[in-house]
Amino acid sequence: MSFQEKTEKNVWLLAGVLAITLLVAGIVEIVPLYYLPDTMETLTEQEDHIRPYTALELEGRDIYIREGCYLCHSQMIRPFRDEKERYGHYSLAVESKYDHPFQWGSKRTGPDLARVGGKYSDEWQRQHLMDPRALVPESVMPRYPWLATNTIDTSITESKLRALSIVGVPYTESDFAHAASEVQGKTEMDAMIAYLQVLGTMVDFQEGKDYRQ
Amino acid sequence: MTTHNLEEPKYNFEVVKWFTITSVIYLVVGTLLGTYIASELAFPALNFDSPYLSFGRLRPLHTNAVIFAFGGSVLMATAYYIVQRTSNVRIWSDKLAWFTFWGWNTVIVLAVITLPLGFTSGKEYAELEWPIDILIAVVWLAFMFNFMMTLATRKTSHIYVANWFYLGMMIMITYLHVGNSMAIPVTLMKSYSAYSGVQDAMVQWWYGHNAVGYFLTAGFLGIMYYFVPKQAELPIFSYRLSVLHFWALMFGYAWLGAHHLQYTALPDWTGSLGAAVSIAMIIPSWGGAINGMMTLSGAWHKLRDDYVLRFLIVSLAFYAMSTFEGPVMSLKTVNALSHYTDWTIGHVHSGALGWVAMVSIGAIFHMVTRLWNRELYSTALVNLQFWMSTIGAVIYICAMWVSGIMQGLMWRATDDYGNLMYTFVESVDAMHPYYVLRALGGLIFFLGAVLMLYNVVMTIRQPAGAAVSATSKA
Repeated sequence: MSFQEKTEKNVWLLAGVLAITLLVAGIVEIVPLYYLPDTMETLTEQEDHIRPYTALELEGRDIYIREGCYLCHSQMIRPFRDEKERYGHYSLAVESKYDHPFQWGSKRTGPDLARVGGKYSDEWQRQHLMDPRALVPESVMPRYPWLATNTIDTSITESKLRALSIVGVPYTESDFAHAASEVQGKTEMDAMIAYLQVLGTMVDFQEGKDYRQ
Repeated sequence: MTTHNLEEPKYNFEVVKWFTITSVIYLVVGTLLGTYIASELAFPALNFDSPYLSFGRLRPLHTNAVIFAFGGSVLMATAYYIVQRTSNVRIWSDKLAWFTFWGWNTVIVLAVITLPLGFTSGKEYAELEWPIDILIAVVWLAFMFNFMMTLATRKTSHIYVANWFYLGMMIMITYLHVGNSMAIPVTLMKSYSAYSGVQDAMVQWWYGHNAVGYFLTAGFLGIMYYFVPKQAELPIFSYRLSVLHFWALMFGYAWLGAHHLQYTALPDWTGSLGAAVSIAMIIPSWGGAINGMMTLSGAWHKLRDDYVLRFLIVSLAFYAMSTFEGPVMSLKTVNALSHYTDWTIGHVHSGALGWVAMVSIGAIFHMVTRLWNRELYSTALVNLQFWMSTIGAVIYICAMWVSGIMQGLMWRATDDYGNLMYTFVESVDAMHPYYVLRALGGLIFFLGAVLMLYNVVMTIRQPAGAAVSATSKA
């Protein structure tokens, strides 16, 4: 009896062989990303200003996730000339090392946002979120008027920081202590803008340096 | 004992009937949601400035409705149907089977409530929050255990090929769902992924592409391997081919996820590896398509008047087309253009509408006549729905090909001085006619699904005993 025939006659053997066969690819593609040194770019002290999000930025990020912004906006600039012209320096892996979950996205119905921080004023962002077509007539983005009226629920902000610290984001006791007061009285709009304005601003890129192999 | 046997028929078809009915309802709901959000992109006023109707919250509801509500119900209906008939034995546990029915539908109800409210983990196709994820895992394991125990107690010597595909799917989906959903809870409805950045991206696309590869491909190939030969009343073309392409598919599909991350901050070796295996996957994919289609060799005339068979065979044509398109899109040079554009959306829908939905529709019509022991209410309606589904899918796919390639070309176009030729919003503006066309294609497909619901309900409501000619066993 061939091995194939054995698997066709014994469901437990079939399941066992499948369980191993199906696992190989995941192990080979995911596990090395945790130990291969090339996975994360090495930055000099001068370049590296990557820090965990402040409480307000984090609350803004959670609203970004809640509204499903990642379904139309990517946060991952590829190393192409046109993307450099349009969005800026290509994204590095280290730049999203504190992003739980990642927000690279898969679709650009709207433009990439990886380096939108500092590109427009706070007031532009506010007006744009209230009514995108008032500023960009051809836009198909929904309006988000409720962000201006909803205030941030401060009661779980500290728990959010503590949860992230469990999975490796280096928040300090002082961050926990000031988390609630930092977002006290802020609207969801304030938080969203704080998040948008920090995107892609944490690395000082050196002209002409190649950051990726 | 004789009366006992009469009261308790050999197979448990009640649970199959319920899953069959819900799958038709979810097809209508899922395609309606899809048509609505497609219309939002063409006419943004349809967002109505309401958080609950905004694109970003309804899109996950659409994907969850079509993949897990519709696709999941079809998989459970057909798995229970096939495993009982091909094993010549009743489902191992009726209670567990009913638990999976009520459990799965509870998951769907919870999705309908939580997603529009904005409770999401923020990972595509895995948006549901952690308590729902746990419920999914429990229901899924119950489904798998019941299926395996039924196979273990089978009265036939060999396990039929369709069941291999179901089993592979069940094991892989368990890995994917558990692996990708790992998160640290903050509250009952808020959690953060256990992984971050580049690792999270790889885990997510290992999940995301394999949800397609196993849930929407392997599982539905299981459907193909039972219903195509049954509906055609012919044996499957080649047993040898089914063995080869089964193992190649099981081993190979799991590598493809990395091709979603070409040119990103994921290391180059991972994306290249994913692309290399993607190209090789044409072979096992076409192995399945050929095996299904060639089953009809010498009997192609059956397509002329068997509309149910048409759904099954045309679905394989779409399957062959999109499994050729996929590897092409994974090539780095093509991906540089196609990634982030509507081409990806078109590719997904040639698989989802053309392959998954159409093979399911064929299988459901086949089952309905046998489960309720009635002739179809109207084969003319089946034929009409067939053309609506085909034309709707083709309009959708073509609109997205044009818009996707146009986006890619507009974004990278530079003038003689090296400056970008178009602003981003000019590309958005250029998409409008194609977004209207896409919504129209979706609408036609949706109306076909409505016809199906009507046809199925009217079939069931006919007087019993309008027996089908081909009620052969197993």
